[in-house]
Amino acid sequence: MSATSTSGQAGAGQSLAQALKQRSRAAAFPAQVALGLLVLLWGLGASHYTGFASLQVLLNLLIDNAYLLVLAVGMSLVILSGGIDLSVGSVLALSTMVAAWLLQVAQWPPLAVVAAVLLMGAGFGALMGGLIHGFGLQPFIVTLGGMFLARGLCYLISINSITIEDPLFVALSQTQIPVLGGFISPGALIALLLLALGIALAHWSAFGRTVYALGGNEQSALMMGLNVGRAKVLIYSCSGFCAALAGLLFAFYMLSGYGLHAQGAELDAIAAVVIGGTVLSGGYGYVAGALSGVLVLGLIQTLIAFDGSLSSWWTKIVIGALLFVFCVVQRLLSRRAAS
Amino acid sequence: MSGVDLTQPLRRKRVRAPAPSPAQQPWQRLRHWAGRHALLQPLAALALLLLVAGISVPGFFALELKDGHLYGSLIDILNRAAPLMLAAMGLTLVIATRGIDVSVGAVVAIAGTVAATLVLAQAPLWQALCAALGAALVCGVWNGLLVAGLGLQPIIATLILMVAGRGLAQLCADGQILTVYSPASFFVLGGGYLLGLPVALFVVAAVFIATQLLLRRTALGLFIQAVGINPVAARLAGLRTTALIFLAYVFCSLCAGLAGLMIASNIKSADANNAGLLLELDAILAVTLGGGSLAGGRFSLAGSLVGALIIQTLSYTIYSLGVPPEVNMVVKAIVVFAVCISQSTAFRSKGQP
Repeated sequence: MSATSTSGQAGAGQSLAQALKQRSRAAAFPAQVALGLLVLLWGLGASHYTGFASLQVLLNLLIDNAYLLVLAVGMSLVILSGGIDLSVGSVLALSTMVAAWLLQVAQWPPLAVVAAVLLMGAGFGALMGGLIHGFGLQPFIVTLGGMFLARGLCYLISINSITIEDPLFVALSQTQIPVLGGFISPGALIALLLLALGIALAHWSAFGRTVYALGGNEQSALMMGLNVGRAKVLIYSCSGFCAALAGLLFAFYMLSGYGLHAQGAELDAIAAVVIGGTVLSGGYGYVAGALSGVLVLGLIQTLIAFDGSLSSWWTKIVIGALLFVFCVVQRLLSRRAAS
Repeated sequence: MSGVDLTQPLRRKRVRAPAPSPAQQPWQRLRHWAGRHALLQPLAALALLLLVAGISVPGFFALELKDGHLYGSLIDILNRAAPLMLAAMGLTLVIATRGIDVSVGAVVAIAGTVAATLVLAQAPLWQALCAALGAALVCGVWNGLLVAGLGLQPIIATLILMVAGRGLAQLCADGQILTVYSPASFFVLGGGYLLGLPVALFVVAAVFIATQLLLRRTALGLFIQAVGINPVAARLAGLRTTALIFLAYVFCSLCAGLAGLMIASNIKSADANNAGLLLELDAILAVTLGGGSLAGGRFSLAGSLVGALIIQTLSYTIYSLGVPPEVNMVVKAIVVFAVCISQSTAFRSKGQP
């Protein structure tokens, strides 16, 4: 925030343009760091562990983290607009639960279930967006309430896990699509398609420009005549939709609905977005960064799994350390750009 | 947001000057009256909740003396709410400076694990307790440096510790749940009794009184409020805002560390994975329920304590009614939404002509 005001004080048009250019370079830099880190981690694994360098290991990254990629795309939009969505992990769990219940107990046809779950997610997000805009509330606290609500609703449906036996869901979980000698799952393909859609939406549509404008400065966006209210509701309903889609992918992957699914996934999604180079105060970054962020997180997990001697909690420590490094780099760069 | 808090006292003064005209609705008059007593709303909510619990749970208000200890639902609620009350007090100051600390749960886990590890390694109890509080202090210094020193957004700065902290606690405990069997003095903090009342309550009362004295008898409370209302103006007025914000985070982590010791002592074990899970969210809810503003500048330590009691009473009632405890989350969510909406400017300006 202070960076924006100082770049405004820069005064003369030329220096303002320079400051803006430098700030966008500051945003691009962490994105490049993420790519470099990705290559470094992969090289580290390939040189230390046999079998790491195969294509299938990379494709497995996509298969195992398809749901996280979808969450991160939604989270990117929210963070680019200067907000935050803490409810995505819970909405994911609620989606698996609703899908499982509708399929197994209510015996709905699978396509109707998919449509209903996606609609529910978008509606849940729109409701939160409406509260945030309508009452001028902080996104943090509203989505915190949403997080409690969605988890609680899971348990209202059932306290136990519900196994999904629907033939379409089972088929989707077992299908292997051949790619360059390896294979990926339909879920991973859907996630990549959504990523492409997210990139197109953010960078080549009026809605995307509004998102960036909102993240840059909400007051200015309002004065420019942008429909801030509609954009906010749309942003959060996009995030809710992504969370519901992630829930479906998770249901394909796990073939069950459970209220304890994906606990803390919202933190992973935020971490992926930050590592992917999106600036947390909003306005700067790329949706594509979600992919590199998710892959970095996935690679760390794969490395720890390949090593075998390291315990699972090292994942948390390394992710925390990475978050720290990226936040500090972002902060220092934006400070330098401002001064 | 700062504009709201700045106009708040002004608007109240304007309302207070003319006597309420007879044409005013009675509920409006009540509202003005309630507006002047900040603690009244949370206390009324607690009283209402206790009334509902008293009607629906038989023997809710019964207290009995067994072996010199007081037993009863009310004592139980107070005892179980103690860690939450500590965490909420720490968070009150952080939130008052416009910050947030989501690492409270992780610090609880770290403090509990450090204490349990040392006790299991046959270290003297005082060393274990000091080391645990020391670890919490380090966490607070880390958070404070990131927020006040580097100027990171509070939620992200503390998110780092929230993610890594549990990993560190697990590393310290080697992924095991550490169960403590001796010495018996380890269990005093969370399970002991003094003068018939749980020791935990005395600890909470001591922290509360010390903090309240520090805030009200010195200018510290005013300074913190000034930082929350407008950090830039506070800095220009000569306040050392960086130091104040730093201290708020250190205090918050220390409170969380004490809460962690209390939880470990109460359950006689340290679980790095689950101790204090989601405690930060409950504590934030407690602060909001107690009338603290998430936008900073308006806070009440006593209110936060009442907020924590409201949450614990709610859980207790839901448990005793035989409703599945998971429903608790739905109720909490509805409470969060209701409180936020009633605190929002859009809602307030609709009610007041």
